Amino acid sequence: MNLLTSEQMHETLDRMAAAIGAACPEDAPLSIVGIRRRGEILAQRLLPLLEQHGRPAAQHGALDITLYRDDLTTIGPNAVLRGTEIGFDITDTWLVLVDDVLYTGRSVRAALDALTDLGRPRAVKLAVLIDRGWRELPIQPDFCGLTTETTADHIVKVKVTEFDDVDEVVLV
Amino acid sequence: MTEPAVDDPVWTRKHLLGLADLTRDEIEFILDTAASFQEVSTRSIKKVPALRGRVVVNLFFEESTRTRMSFSLAAQRLSADVLDFSAKSSSTAKGESLRDTARNIEAMGVDIMIIRHPSAGAALDLSQAVDCCVINAGDGQHAHPTQALLDLFTIRERKGRIEGLNVAIVGDIAHSRVARSDMRGLIKMGARVTLVGPPTLAPRTFEQFGARVVHKLDDVLPELDVINMLRIQKERITSPVFPSVREYVQLFGFDRKRLARCKPDVLIMHPGPVNRGLELAADIADGPQSTILRQVTNGLAVRMAVLFLCQQAAGKGR
Repeated sequence: MNLLTSEQMHETLDRMAAAIGAACPEDAPLSIVGIRRRGEILAQRLLPLLEQHGRPAAQHGALDITLYRDDLTTIGPNAVLRGTEIGFDITDTWLVLVDDVLYTGRSVRAALDALTDLGRPRAVKLAVLIDRGWRELPIQPDFCGLTTETTADHIVKVKVTEFDDVDEVVLV
Repeated sequence: MTEPAVDDPVWTRKHLLGLADLTRDEIEFILDTAASFQEVSTRSIKKVPALRGRVVVNLFFEESTRTRMSFSLAAQRLSADVLDFSAKSSSTAKGESLRDTARNIEAMGVDIMIIRHPSAGAALDLSQAVDCCVINAGDGQHAHPTQALLDLFTIRERKGRIEGLNVAIVGDIAHSRVARSDMRGLIKMGARVTLVGPPTLAPRTFEQFGARVVHKLDDVLPELDVINMLRIQKERITSPVFPSVREYVQLFGFDRKRLARCKPDVLIMHPGPVNRGLELAADIADGPQSTILRQVTNGLAVRMAVLFLCQQAAGKGR
């Protein structure tokens, strides 16, 4: 089932950018950090949209959470490091963490631990394109593109042209 | 954690014993993983929780300062607990065999053993005796894979590639595990390797591995992109295979005069510790072409990558 088309995906991100721009305090530098790999792509898509809404991000980067995952011992050789690229000090920034799908909340937990090792932001906000429910940790998004009901055996797939040759969100 | 990272993992080995049995893809995967780990060392909090609760043992049956420290620090940056074993202060001095020593240490709940041993094949032997991961930190004249990996990493970092480069390894090739591992790795990665030394220390038998052997450094200087100067092991200087020190320095010592005949962007490497004024002149060791300290820095990232990958390959389902 198709949840978002390419056009709807763009509109959704635009709405999220507007909401982020409106929420960010004027005196705080806005920083955008995407979780690798698809959160990073969505974060990059948000940058020009934030600019259009008059609240450009001061800095942006990409976070690799592999080393902070709580299932590292069970995933074995499937863990592939892509590296964190955050070339600025996150301390005192108003940091928006971007991911594609919010599910159990464990990725976000790992990301929060990774961010803690990098500095102390003024605030960390969570932006996700899709919230599919089934949380296993007390974590909720601050900016959410679409909330959708799923069953545990559903897979929500956010496709981006960079990796998948197409922009869309599907439920399979 | 919605998606597995890849379908076909490139790295599935729980031991790193040498480079001879690794594919080019596997070597590249280690180097890429190491590049990701470099970032950790640039932070104010230089630690990630990847090996939290794991135990790493340094089993060193031979003297070493930098390799042991590098492995210890790499393990600590991954949040592992590190035990140090040195042969002198242990029961091996009382005659206990390597296998018995290792099994006893493993019984304490060890995940990774890092072994340095004067006998070639000790790491392989250990890997057959224990269930935990084994990483070879140098066995006799056989192999020193992490040194070779950090050399490859440094060359790739400074030159942007390895393929097609002309790389010379100069010195006591015959007795050097670094030379053997470097040669293996470089050839696999597509470099052209020239081994340079007097016939007693750089015998032609090495040509069977695909390297060129020459006995005159001056003949090849202008064509080289990378020169790896090996340490002259002082204990060999009095042996019959070694020419006099003066003759060696004249023929194979690297100084400003030889540098002047090289490409301007030639890279000078050394596995350390340097005998200043013997194989390498002091001003060259500290000069802009030298990458000796960068090798040490990169060694940390490479060893973090090796510890992480071997543990991941062993840890599936645990």
